[in-house]
Amino acid sequence: MTYVFLQNYWWCLIALLGGLLVALMFVQGANCQLGNRKLDDSQKRMILNATGRKWELTFTTLVTFGGAYFASFPPFYSTSFGGAYWVWVLLLITFVFQAVSYEFQHKKGNLLGVKGFRIALIVNGFLAPFLVGTAVGTFFTGSPFTVDKLAIAAPSSPVISTWGSPWHGLEALGQAHAVDLGLTLIFLTSILGALYILSQVDDEGILAQARRTVKALIVPFLLTFLSWAVVLLLRKGFAVAPDGTIFMEPFKYLHNLLQMPVALVMLLAGVVLVLLGIWKGAFTKSRNGFWFAAPGTVLVVMTVFFLAGFNGTAYYPSNTDLQSSLTLANSSSSFFTLKVMTWVSLLIPFVVAYIAFAWRAMDKKKISQDDIREGVNQY
Amino acid sequence: MDVVIWSRVQFAMTAAYHWLFVPLTLGLAFAMAIMETLYVVKKDEFWKKAAQFWIKLFAINFAVGIATGIILEFEFGTNWSNYSWFVGDMFGAPLAIEGILAFFMEATFFAVMFFGWEKVSPKFHLASTWLTGIGATISAYWILVANGWMQNPVGTTFNPDTVRSEMASAIAFWQVISNPVAVSKFFHSVTSGWVTGGIFVVGVSAWYLLKNRHVEFAKRSMLIGAIVGLVGSGAVMLSGDSSGVHAAEFQPMKLAAAEGLKDGGKRAAFTIVPGVKIPGMLSILATHDLDGFVPGINDILNGYTDAEGNVIPSVEEKMAMGREALDALATYRSLKESDPAAAAAALEVLRANERYMGYGHLEKPEDVIPPVGVVFWAFRFMIGFGMLIALVLLLCAIGLWKSKLESWKWLLWAAIICIPLAYITGQCGWVVAEVGRQPWTIQGILPVNVAISSLSAAAVKTTFFVFLAVFALFLVIEIRILLGAIRKGPDFVEPEKR
Repeated sequence: MTYVFLQNYWWCLIALLGGLLVALMFVQGANCQLGNRKLDDSQKRMILNATGRKWELTFTTLVTFGGAYFASFPPFYSTSFGGAYWVWVLLLITFVFQAVSYEFQHKKGNLLGVKGFRIALIVNGFLAPFLVGTAVGTFFTGSPFTVDKLAIAAPSSPVISTWGSPWHGLEALGQAHAVDLGLTLIFLTSILGALYILSQVDDEGILAQARRTVKALIVPFLLTFLSWAVVLLLRKGFAVAPDGTIFMEPFKYLHNLLQMPVALVMLLAGVVLVLLGIWKGAFTKSRNGFWFAAPGTVLVVMTVFFLAGFNGTAYYPSNTDLQSSLTLANSSSSFFTLKVMTWVSLLIPFVVAYIAFAWRAMDKKKISQDDIREGVNQY
Repeated sequence: MDVVIWSRVQFAMTAAYHWLFVPLTLGLAFAMAIMETLYVVKKDEFWKKAAQFWIKLFAINFAVGIATGIILEFEFGTNWSNYSWFVGDMFGAPLAIEGILAFFMEATFFAVMFFGWEKVSPKFHLASTWLTGIGATISAYWILVANGWMQNPVGTTFNPDTVRSEMASAIAFWQVISNPVAVSKFFHSVTSGWVTGGIFVVGVSAWYLLKNRHVEFAKRSMLIGAIVGLVGSGAVMLSGDSSGVHAAEFQPMKLAAAEGLKDGGKRAAFTIVPGVKIPGMLSILATHDLDGFVPGINDILNGYTDAEGNVIPSVEEKMAMGREALDALATYRSLKESDPAAAAAALEVLRANERYMGYGHLEKPEDVIPPVGVVFWAFRFMIGFGMLIALVLLLCAIGLWKSKLESWKWLLWAAIICIPLAYITGQCGWVVAEVGRQPWTIQGILPVNVAISSLSAAAVKTTFFVFLAVFALFLVIEIRILLGAIRKGPDFVEPEKR
């Protein structure tokens, strides 16, 4: 195992975790349905219990995504979290409210009432994918930071990585291309959520609404996704020369796609699977569209990460000081840390296996009115 | 207040708040798993209903624990940017391993435990209940490996090229995960969770006995709670002893502050409260030797010779060496391309003084003294309340055994009062551990004022008050819901006395 191999391997794992996180944000997408006026209270409660069995997986994937990023590329964690402060804090607050909203929502004495916690879930449903999408969008537009390793020896201003904008992350909202990815993720996770509901809930009214949702979101999703993808392939990218110097290269991401056939195949396969899932959910009686769209999402998101970091590309570029940009080579953990974690990562298939086993056991019977009757543990 | 203070206050608040929920998760998990095991083994529906009741309370507590854990993880990056840059190699690894090994286990099997009573077999359900508790415990281990390294940074070397503390070999990794500070911290923290879980079950059961409700349920639950709590108490005392020895060895200033010991020496006395001392006791506790030398605050400031004859430099000397290390780092980085020979010489100077590099950031020697009064009293409350809780647990067990508990109303009230005391005890323990090691985020290497992010004080102040409001709201809701569920009680008809 060479150092370069391990850096690439860990970027693949980060990409995989990112892909899984977005796919598992079907929880957020499905929770957006809690604001649907055409659903009555018991139907909303069935949706709540359908996502309630899974929200912790999404949450845990977010935590692990953060932990793995911290471990394998610490300068990214330091730069992005410490710099884009408000984006991460906002994301945190919505997720924290989400975490308690399930347990508290229908309990007496919860102060905010059912409505209050449902609003929290809906806000998380929109805001979480939007913020994650916009943050990933800055992988291609750049962020205003400077890295000065010598700063730690200076007593007056010892911070190595400093952010150039007083908006601390919110300035990304002024970058249309990054925002476009945020909007894409809102529509995508809402579609995934509706497909998940289709696969999990036994209630005709809910199923009809879910299909309507998928149909209604096809156009906005395709518009935002395609516009983002086209701009990406046409824009200048942050390239890394063999000596580590960062420079702007026209059509960099298009070049990446063409020069990495694996990424191209993954992207095409992912897009086909997502579209197939959408078609099944919107235009057929099939209820298993989720099982096409979710893996498709994982593949597409992984490709996005591959385009950002592989083939001599700076995955977290600085648009104020180009040479401060973070690359896989200049921001990874040490050789030995990556090696240790690689051994640990061999346990991932085992973890995935027991999650799949438990998921299967719990989902044998679909969610119905029976799951929200008195005397049953429920949210 | 400046950004360093606000960052510290925010992190301290988040950590303290998180620790309100974690101990109950750790302790109650095992109490309810034992009850469910009794159900599966004895096929007695009573234990199923009992386990279901405690699992309901567990679930109310669990959600806020998870929610606050992620805030801590993110705050390492958001508020301690330099720290996460400096330690990512070492600190991130346990965090990632924690995620892969523990969090998924907790998350997956909690869902099965909570929703799965009618969906999976009793044995699968039982396994899920145990695995939820085991997942929480494994999680505690990995995060305490990270925390233990901050208290005693073993196994890493400073890399001047990346400006990070890095692990370089399998031995180094082993040193990190078997760090004695981490191991004793793990046992101390987890078993203190058992005490909290145990006294929670005992206290709630005591309330039912006082109200003459669910009497049989309360007594049987109380027995399980008392056993978990007493085992926890014993283990807390043992691990607390080794924590004291480790503090003396690796963080003598923390021990001196906890004891309010200005001038140390051999046969040092242990202060119970100001003015009441046990001669020689501190030396025994800290070194397991009556003649063991325990340095006081002034000894550490002025330098001393330890029991093994090592000369420990004064803080002023350490600061001078630290500044030399920082200057050498600057020289090395600026000359490494243009003048390799000069850079190599600077590197040698850096290596010679590296262990005191953090001291180079201090302004004056007194900066190394933590807030003595806070640490001193927190230490005493921790020990005092901890022993009181152990005594109450023991008396409850005796009362149950002699069938006299219901008539010992004072003891039942004491058990209820011990629930908040257990929380105060846990908080005091963390105050000793964390306030006692100020000003260091990493002992001797990185002081808090260098570990921060480049943020304005106003930004951190704003998020502090936002989190404060959110935490206060959740705490009020949590307590109301928990009390409501306790008032409602378990959902079954009382079995006959056995």
